[in-house]
Amino acid sequence: MEKVQLNVNGFPQVVLVGSHETILETLRNRLNLTGTKQCCDEGTCGSCTILMDGKPVLGCLTPTVRCVGKEIVTIEGVSSGDHLHPVQKQLVQNGGMQCGFCTPGVVMTAIPYLKENPDPSIDDIKEGLSGNLCRCTGYKKIIEAVKNAAEELNG
Amino acid sequence: MSGPIGKPTPYIDGVQKVTGKAMYTDDYRFPNMLYVGLLRSPHAHAHIKHIDTSAAETYPGVAAVTVGTDLPISFGILPISSDENAMAVEKVRYVGEIVAAVAAETMEAAQKGAEKIIVEYDPVRAFIDPGDSLEVCDPAEQIHSHTKGGKNIHKTAELRFNEPEKALEQSPFKRTGSFKFAGVTHAFTEPHSTIAIWNGDETLTVISATQVPHYLHRNLSKVLELPMHRVRVKKPALGGGFGGKSDPFAHEMITAYLSMKTKRPVKCTFSREEVFINNHGRHPTTIDMSVGCDQDGIITALDTDTIIDGGAYGSFGVVTSYYNGVLLQGPYKIDKLGFRTRRAYTNKPQCGAMRGHGAVNPRYAMEVILDMLAHDAGIDPCDLREKNFLEENTVTVGQLRITSNGVRDCLQAVRKKSDWDKLYGKQPYGRGLGIGCGFYISGSALPIIWNHYPQTVVHAKLDFDGRIVMFSGASDIGQGSDTMLTQIASEELGVPMNYVQLEVADTKTTPVDLGSYSSRVTFMVGNAAKMASEKLRNEMAKAIAKEKDVSTDDIVFRDNKIFTEDGAVDISWEDGVEAALAGRGAIVESGYYFSPKMGGDFKGSGAGLSPAYSFGAFISDVTVNPSTGSVKVEKIWAAHDCGKALNPLAVEGQIEGSIHMGLGQAISEDLRYVNGQIVNANFFDYRIPYSVDTPDMDVTIIESNDSEGPYGAKEAGEGPIHPVLPSIGNAIYDAVGIRMMELPITPDKVLAKIQEKG
Ligand code: FES
Ligand code: FES
Repeated sequence: MEKVQLNVNGFPQVVLVGSHETILETLRNRLNLTGTKQCCDEGTCGSCTILMDGKPVLGCLTPTVRCVGKEIVTIEGVSSGDHLHPVQKQLVQNGGMQCGFCTPGVVMTAIPYLKENPDPSIDDIKEGLSGNLCRCTGYKKIIEAVKNAAEELNG
Repeated sequence: MSGPIGKPTPYIDGVQKVTGKAMYTDDYRFPNMLYVGLLRSPHAHAHIKHIDTSAAETYPGVAAVTVGTDLPISFGILPISSDENAMAVEKVRYVGEIVAAVAAETMEAAQKGAEKIIVEYDPVRAFIDPGDSLEVCDPAEQIHSHTKGGKNIHKTAELRFNEPEKALEQSPFKRTGSFKFAGVTHAFTEPHSTIAIWNGDETLTVISATQVPHYLHRNLSKVLELPMHRVRVKKPALGGGFGGKSDPFAHEMITAYLSMKTKRPVKCTFSREEVFINNHGRHPTTIDMSVGCDQDGIITALDTDTIIDGGAYGSFGVVTSYYNGVLLQGPYKIDKLGFRTRRAYTNKPQCGAMRGHGAVNPRYAMEVILDMLAHDAGIDPCDLREKNFLEENTVTVGQLRITSNGVRDCLQAVRKKSDWDKLYGKQPYGRGLGIGCGFYISGSALPIIWNHYPQTVVHAKLDFDGRIVMFSGASDIGQGSDTMLTQIASEELGVPMNYVQLEVADTKTTPVDLGSYSSRVTFMVGNAAKMASEKLRNEMAKAIAKEKDVSTDDIVFRDNKIFTEDGAVDISWEDGVEAALAGRGAIVESGYYFSPKMGGDFKGSGAGLSPAYSFGAFISDVTVNPSTGSVKVEKIWAAHDCGKALNPLAVEGQIEGSIHMGLGQAISEDLRYVNGQIVNANFFDYRIPYSVDTPDMDVTIIESNDSEGPYGAKEAGEGPIHPVLPSIGNAIYDAVGIRMMELPITPDKVLAKIQEKG
């Protein structure tokens, strides 16, 4: 066990973690931030995506000790319930989620993606989301939601 | 419709889901909670000689250890094949079967503790190929002792109407095809998870990722020998099911038992590998099917012989066996029809229900053979289908009652949109269109466990605060049933949706609903919710009519107001609530749904009975690269008859999701085994389509307005998967002239066929 200082969603705190622990485990099991989902635990589904210094990383492949000194943002840090990010708002309005289990990962992938690619085509969006497994929606409505979010952010 | 019914309605839990606030089973934690570690069998088929748990019991952090003999009572979703135990008793029957379990203070201690259990096995012959299971074997080699005739056949389902073999012999055109389908699995994103809490009042609460709280309730009670009134099952947010969470599971029994034993909350969450091992997916299947038609393309007869590989336990297998045959009775009129399905027990994880249950593989076979016949008879494949469609309000040869039927409109819609008549058979080599149709039940008319109760009951409660609370056992698994319940109450009582709140899927507080399987929820729960809401409205209207001295029938509930057209009554919802509750307080009304009596009186006549059927027709546009064998599905035009789309956004979502899942089974998904062990239990090797593989989708909703469905609605969750696979298979034929008889259609198989053709 190791004592580390983490900065999660703008709040610095000291946590005792195992040496091989992933940030996904730390978030869910020690910090009770359960919005980040564990689906495969081996880097193949994107459900556990979080932001490290603004860049998306897979929580299940990222050792917690590597998060020290970085700014971590999770789905809980994206918005309060009243002020949804356009990506979130569009996912709701377009039916871009069914069971919702992949959704936090989709949100945490799409937000930084649109920062880097403010005017993506449908094919670009497919490429941008290519690491996210959604078994429910067939992706169509997710892609449309991200497209609409891009327009909203640009408009 | 003045309320939300029929309008695209975002999910009521959408904001919870996009903000990460929705609580799934594994997101719950309780004080002093223990974790389960499972020990699984390394053998496909072996007797258990001895289990030594002593090292596990003293392992630091371990609070309890349990083995099969602690829970000897068997369970299963179907009472007729209740052949499973919580942990293996005497014998293991597949690699990965649970043999023992521990509860420990941490997940790590639970895993390490379980590994300390020592089991001595005595392996016996393993049956991996279902063909071997059909032969007589040494009784000592039988997978289960209850199978008959010294064979490992779990079930033979067979029905024959009007001597199809004779008619086939005399048919001007006849085609026989041998098809092979790999097993596929649900691959929902949320791993199985369950939490059991033994309460101070000696009751058990189980929070679980289940599609069937009611059947879990019953099976927990049976296995744990706990009276039903002391068991409570709750389903929180659920991360996808597709049939894969519609059985009661061993880990649920074990977790509950460990909680009773330790008197502490206990949690068990599977790894992805364990989810694959748990399987219960679509059966690997071989089908030999013959279909004939006359010179005009009218189908003369169909005969099919099918073997499905059930794995080691029953699950829904008896139903699957029948569905492989009986659901061929639509969407075409076939008066001479026969089928036999044999379900083999093998030493592999069991197969069960998966989206489109039992009908997906035979549908592929039939639609491909129809395509062949169309070419033989020189008739356009769409025309041939149109000539054979069942009409509405008719009865099939096996006594399935067909009510609404929009299949003709479905076909015409996709035929037009895809420009079929201009393009079919006329595109350059490598590009092709293909058609496939579909037919599916909208809820099973018979309950799994025979009883006199309705299939579902919904309560609607109104109290002084003006909110309507709908109590329903319905399980929202992502298909949107919570939103549907809310829409219906809002529609009937003329209030905004946020006046309606839900209590759902909790077997202590909500009346029984049988669960989210067989595409039954919108039809049955929708009807019950509508009835409960109407009764509540009538109660209010009666009170207001009395107070204002008007006729009950004249009172309208709309736009958050209660009024009569002549203005004699014009009050707010809140005033209406006050008037209605005066002198009596809160009102609770109950709505229910009973399926009408139907069906023949022969053995097996109950299979496939449904109060309504959905229909569909899809056309796929594919490109095939003849030098690599790769198939790319460019676009799918999908038309589905769901009766009436209560929430078009959700219906489209179901159709699009079905396309995704059908595409996966058609071109890439294949659960592979070596010596009975799954060798691709991860998302690298089990190939699911991701965003980049998504074809263009053009969805058309056809509304045939079923006379018994709520507002005319039927199902949309499973039916739309059926046409997907054959439309792809048939499009490949149009593109490069080869018939793909084996799924998934991987590049190596395509190349081999192209080369074979020369
Ligand atoms: S849980 Fe991390 S990628 Fe799947
Ligand atoms: S919404 Fe269920 S996995 Fe994406």
